[in-house]
Amino acid sequence: MDSDLSPQDRKDLDKFIKFFALKTVQVIVQARLGEKICTRSSSSPTGSDWFTLAIKDIPEVTHEAKKALAGQLPSIGRSMCVEISLKTSEGDSMELETWCLEMNEKCEKDIKVSYTVYTRLSLLLKSLLAITRVTPAYKLSRKQGHDYVILYRIYFGDVQLSGLGEGFQTVRVGIVGTPIGTLTLSCAYRTNLALMSSRRFERTGPIMGIIIDHFVERPLSNTALLHPCNYRAPVEEEGGAYAGVEDSQEVCTTSFSTSPPSQVEASPDPAAFTHSMSGTFMYLTMAVPGKEGGVPQVLLQPSHGTQADHGRAPSCPTADMPHQAPPSSCSSGDADVLSRSSELKSASPSDVLETTFTRKVGAFVNKPTTQVTTASLDLPFAAFAPKAYDLEENDPMVHPPASPTPSSPLQGSLHSQSSSQSGGQAQDDFVMVDFKPAFSKDDLLPMDLGTFYREFQNPPQLASLSIDISAQSMAEDLDSLPEKLAIYEKNIDEFDAFVDTLQ
Amino acid sequence: MNCRSEVLEVSLEGRQVDEALLALLHTILLHRSTGKFHYKKEGTYSIGTVGTQDIDCDFIDFTFVRVSSDELDRVIRKAVAEFKDALGNSGSDGMGQISLEFYQKKKSRWPFSDECIPWEVWTIKVNVVNLANEQERQICREKVGEKLGEKVINIVEVINRHEYLPKMPTQSEVDNVFDTSLKDVQPYLYKITYQITDSLGTSVSTTMRRLIKDTLAL
Repeated sequence: MDSDLSPQDRKDLDKFIKFFALKTVQVIVQARLGEKICTRSSSSPTGSDWFTLAIKDIPEVTHEAKKALAGQLPSIGRSMCVEISLKTSEGDSMELETWCLEMNEKCEKDIKVSYTVYTRLSLLLKSLLAITRVTPAYKLSRKQGHDYVILYRIYFGDVQLSGLGEGFQTVRVGIVGTPIGTLTLSCAYRTNLALMSSRRFERTGPIMGIIIDHFVERPLSNTALLHPCNYRAPVEEEGGAYAGVEDSQEVCTTSFSTSPPSQVEASPDPAAFTHSMSGTFMYLTMAVPGKEGGVPQVLLQPSHGTQADHGRAPSCPTADMPHQAPPSSCSSGDADVLSRSSELKSASPSDVLETTFTRKVGAFVNKPTTQVTTASLDLPFAAFAPKAYDLEENDPMVHPPASPTPSSPLQGSLHSQSSSQSGGQAQDDFVMVDFKPAFSKDDLLPMDLGTFYREFQNPPQLASLSIDISAQSMAEDLDSLPEKLAIYEKNIDEFDAFVDTLQ
Repeated sequence: MNCRSEVLEVSLEGRQVDEALLALLHTILLHRSTGKFHYKKEGTYSIGTVGTQDIDCDFIDFTFVRVSSDELDRVIRKAVAEFKDALGNSGSDGMGQISLEFYQKKKSRWPFSDECIPWEVWTIKVNVVNLANEQERQICREKVGEKLGEKVINIVEVINRHEYLPKMPTQSEVDNVFDTSLKDVQPYLYKITYQITDSLGTSVSTTMRRLIKDTLAL
């Protein structure tokens, strides 16, 4: 089939395919920068705008694409793929989509290379521009920033779609027949975005010097699953390429989230990684609103017995500490807490609280804490906490303060202060700090529901409902009953006369 | 030659009509516009560069790409606004359709006027719904965004079938194939027309044909 193609046509075709591949990568990566793209039309041809489209070239992206292609062109059995993935600031990552430029054997021999193929490639690029704004990853990329970043990886060879999860969808952008084969451009995208794939921690470089690898073994041996990432960590000058990485992966977003639109080079942006995580993209943590800039904390329940007499909550990391510090110290503190959760009352407060990061302090904490913590009512995070025992004990819904049967020394002490004392005094002993009541919105607004709970948590007991007094009065009533009956019998005539007047 | 005809249907809220139609019409025109032709001697020509622009919709969770040409955008917006006004004034149940027709001109001898031969017609059928509360509007916002995404994929699929396109004209015939009136881009000759469906569902009760772009010299 090649013999029908003149050398000039073959040369032109190869050039078209090469630049088409490079422009395809540019369009895809630029569509995932998180910004709106705008280029100007020009009535005069500049000679440098391939396919008569104004598509800027980000030098690093071109460099990566050329490196991946390594002088080859997409051909039968060797496809060029651009993989887009999402990575949270804690190291979780998820593949979102894979764009594939493939070539198959079906040839269109009679097609004119210099005009028809060129025009159709131009049309295909326009289609790519349109379709890149339609797949689910586009919206995610527009919202990237502190919580997560979007990364790209270019590779050449067999298409790998296993990382897209079950039920991924495919959209075909278009095809262009050429004398040497038919080029097909398509996209396979993940549909199950809600599921953050388990614990597939990747072999990532250290972020700010902290390696996040708790809870999970690193699958270092399984290179098929790894998507090495060249994080441009703020303190590192190098791209951070790791040994054994065949394909480079670059952070698209270090300049995307905070850099001005005019900046086209992917330079590291410290701001993207030093900001603490405010809202939660995923399931993991809760931010403490407004207090320490939302330093992420792992939910932990202190063991129940610590409440009655324990000291202060551990010191929180200050707002300007890197936010990765809590997870690392958490990994050592977690085990301590969990192992001690079964020892209720015997656990001394100092044992539990010797970790240096902030953990949640449950309700009824005896001493007021100067640190901000979140309380214990976040049931979705119960998986991280010592189990239901603590939750139930601390839950004011389950054990309201006025309960007559103290189930813990804590509540016993509450009750002993009882109704004769004002609720204010009872409140002095128990400090409710910033807990999130069920069904309240944990957004930026002040938590009125939480404030309400706090204020009316320990109302004074009504005197008449006091058990002692009521018990006492009943006993007296019973004792005085015979005397009263005797008196009534004596005055029976008066009662009868009274009744007669009523008739 | 048969005229290729494609129909797209959308149901949306009144305030989404403008943006949805702009999204679809601009997506089609993106594929049916080239750079300005510059003819040289010896019968060759060069083509200008087409820029693109991302446009976020305010009332729909959607972003579309259009050609960077304010002139073209003005023309399309005007047509969409007229259609929307007609839709609102007609007293119908909010149903109508707007058509984008690409055509070629065939010169005829005097006294006959030039013939317009359509080669591709895109019809967008619009059904306006009324929503009761904000929650429904929010759902509609997302749903319409997804629907528009599907429509864009449909458009791209049709266009990439690479079916009939007019041949590239010589300099003397370029105005028979392309709209050369714009400064920065050169779409194929097109016209936009619309119809409002009355409440009985018949397609023509009041038919209003407006030629938005009329390049007929006669």
